[in-house]
Amino acid sequence: MLNIVWPIFIIISFSYAIFSGNLENLNNSIFVSTNSAITLSIDLLGSMCLWSGIMQIASKTSLIENLTKVLEPALNFLFPKLRENKKIKKEISMNMVANILGLGNAATPLGLKAMKSMQEENNKKDTLSDSMMMFIVINTASIQIIPTTVIAIRSSLGSINPTSIVFPTWIATIIAAIVGITVAKIVIKLTKGEKIK
Amino acid sequence: MKIINFLSSVAMPMVILLIVMYGVKEKNKVFDTFLEGAKEGIKTTLSILPTLIGLFLAIGALRSSGVLELIIKLASPILDMLNFPSELMPLAILRPISGSGSIAVATDIMKNCGVDSLIGNIASVIMGSTETTLYTIAVYTSCIKVKKTRYILLAALAADIAGIIASTVICKMLS
Repeated sequence: MLNIVWPIFIIISFSYAIFSGNLENLNNSIFVSTNSAITLSIDLLGSMCLWSGIMQIASKTSLIENLTKVLEPALNFLFPKLRENKKIKKEISMNMVANILGLGNAATPLGLKAMKSMQEENNKKDTLSDSMMMFIVINTASIQIIPTTVIAIRSSLGSINPTSIVFPTWIATIIAAIVGITVAKIVIKLTKGEKIK
Repeated sequence: MKIINFLSSVAMPMVILLIVMYGVKEKNKVFDTFLEGAKEGIKTTLSILPTLIGLFLAIGALRSSGVLELIIKLASPILDMLNFPSELMPLAILRPISGSGSIAVATDIMKNCGVDSLIGNIASVIMGSTETTLYTIAVYTSCIKVKKTRYILLAALAADIAGIIASTVICKMLS
């Protein structure tokens, strides 16, 4: 994707600057931007290491497994077809808990495992099943207790209160998830007919 | 208002405390494990550095050349009608497409509008509450070689749009 977007950005802005005589600003920003990328990376380094370390501790404990029990009722609502399938439900909930805790590195492999198990149960191998659709939508909703990257960026830019956005982020995430789940449920209902064909 | 601030500031310490206590309870070598993870953190951060340089260059050029201003000016009648701050438009467009790209744009916005300003806060909440939707869909559908995706993009993008609108409304209400 960036292979298309990046050159477009460069070509448009560089040629626009040449034609509009904005060259001095452009030259400045070329040097400033490389520097600010380095500065941001160095500033991010500390908090990224901290969180990766903390999350590594979490992934070595049974915390994820214990939290999956809390999700049981939600799973039965979201994945009505998997109600009896304990194995897949466990894989899905481990992926969800890892996402909630911000364990991105652990969440993706767990999620891929869940997708493969759901594919085994899928009748039409070239089409997403109902459960898969719901699963992907939940994964794109980014339900997370602590938005670590954003907090790190904010503190690197000298925010007075880098964590002040945590609560607003919860509310926005929940609203996004509810809308995503609702649309997914509607789409699943509406595309039922196609499936039988 | 006080409760919201309290919840926001207590979340991070609580999670760290809970995880460390869990590690101790299960008799893990907590500090060794921490170091293992922290090393991974260096790798992750360094691995996005080249991307950040490339994207900062592109976004910096868009801004300094005046193109961004032009685009924002052209789009602002529609955005004003929706009551959506035009400075945030580049972030809203790039967020579902590219993770590191949206980090670069969000940082750029927070820097230019002020990290604690309303716009800065909205940019932060958008970043925290949405995901790189297209990438996620690509990873999960390609691993099982599914071709028919039954309008999943519609559902996922609806969630993103809802998240962006909700971020704007909530931050405006709290400010």
